[in-house]
Amino acid sequence: MRISTFLYTLKQGVKNIWKNKMFSLASIATMSACIFLFGVFYSVVVNFQKVVKEVESGVAVTVFFEDNIKEKEIKAIGKQIDKRVEVSKKVFVSAEDTWDEFQKVYFEGAEEFAEDFADDNPLIHSAHYEVYMNDISMQESLVTYLESLDGVKEVKSSDAAANTLTDFNRLIGYVSAGIILILLCVAVFLISNTVTVGIAVRREEIAIMKLIGATDYFVRAPFIVEGILIGVIGSALPLAVLYFMYRRIIFYVADKFRWLSGMLDFLPVDQVFSVLVPVALILGVGIGFLGSRMTIRKHLKV
Amino acid sequence: MIKLENVSKSYSAGIPALNDVSLKIEPGEFVFVVGDSGSGKSTLIKLLLKELEPTSGNIVINNQKLGSIRHRDVPRFRRHVGVVFQDFRLLKDRNVYENVAFAQRVIGAPTKSMRRKVPAVLSMVGLAAKYKSYPREISGGEQQRVAIARALVNEPKILLADEPTGNLDAHNAWDIMKLLEEINHRGTTVLVVTHNQEIVRAMKKRVITMKKGVIVGDEKAGDSYED
Repeated sequence: MRISTFLYTLKQGVKNIWKNKMFSLASIATMSACIFLFGVFYSVVVNFQKVVKEVESGVAVTVFFEDNIKEKEIKAIGKQIDKRVEVSKKVFVSAEDTWDEFQKVYFEGAEEFAEDFADDNPLIHSAHYEVYMNDISMQESLVTYLESLDGVKEVKSSDAAANTLTDFNRLIGYVSAGIILILLCVAVFLISNTVTVGIAVRREEIAIMKLIGATDYFVRAPFIVEGILIGVIGSALPLAVLYFMYRRIIFYVADKFRWLSGMLDFLPVDQVFSVLVPVALILGVGIGFLGSRMTIRKHLKV
Repeated sequence: MIKLENVSKSYSAGIPALNDVSLKIEPGEFVFVVGDSGSGKSTLIKLLLKELEPTSGNIVINNQKLGSIRHRDVPRFRRHVGVVFQDFRLLKDRNVYENVAFAQRVIGAPTKSMRRKVPAVLSMVGLAAKYKSYPREISGGEQQRVAIARALVNEPKILLADEPTGNLDAHNAWDIMKLLEEINHRGTTVLVVTHNQEIVRAMKKRVITMKKGVIVGDEKAGDSYED
């Protein structure tokens, strides 16, 4: 395509938007609302997932050893655990550490009871590894593996915690996919309406174009450009608004709700927007392209 | 060259718009097609532009069988056939220059060619001075001249004119006919569909008469035509 033809097509796309100002504005506004909601939803979901991840990272599988196991064998088990992809870290807790911890928790204020045990460690067979995972949904396979290792007496895990978190993550995934799908359909429908009006307004011009030898592509391209431009504008505007809103909310929460810090740490704005910006723009362009293309196929028999 | 071989066109059950029409128009000819409303003149123009497909028969234009032209090649075919309508069909939001340049734009002509050809064709139709005017600012005759300039700017071998003087007064109608004659003298085949008997009689060109979808008369150029 010649540069002049490309520029002409671009110009016609902009003109189309301008000619149908009201419909274009309505499309841009709805597209903006959709992308805005998508952005809000995305920001909430990623921050929520971060919280869930943090909770997940605190859930560990405990590996107890056979009673008369040697230190060398414990180390060998540790090496095998390290090799697993599911494992993010493991901590060795000796029998002495377990007993010390037990005393701290259960004999607080009544240390004299603990003294009765003198140097006797009643939890002598309680040395164990605490194994933390990258993804809690992998717990089941990890437990099966750990139970198969020589020298392992028992593996304790919280199925309820793992299942709840996994189910919750899945639910978030489904809900977000559902909402995004609905938003996409609404946006495609609206862009399609705008392009339909554009086609109706330019019907005579299109007929003239065809009679003097315009190709289908030449006739259709400005409408595709129109859809894409609406998509780009309709996604850039809410992104800008979201960016400033997100920053303000972070500052506001950090300032007014200091007691929440540690429990509720927001993801940094750049981290959220490094994904949100390209995804929203691609969505905008995609919806614009799809909406206009579908309409052209339906209403522009050239 | 335009050749129709036993061409029929039916829109739906009933009398066909064209019924077994055969005709041949040589390159460089000037031909009038006359007939009452419903005689099939407009259908003929639409068939020649490949806006419609014949129900049966063959149409050959510039050695191309229209039936064998694929949909995607139709634009290329139309670039060799200029067309002018009774209602001018100009783009109201563009000035005279832009209306003519539009035909060049549509075929993807380079800007350089546009800058050379558009003023040349505008000066041929006598509108060089009004290139900045919008359709609403010029007379009907001038609007038809713009339409002719637009039809000619891509240098077609054939010019089809569907009632080009239908919306014009007698003076402007004559001016347009003289212009079409001049275009014909430059080598373009011109086919004019018209109701204007006075002009047809005065021009002394070949006249094809149609009635109810059939050719009922074909007077050679120079013959005296009587309605």
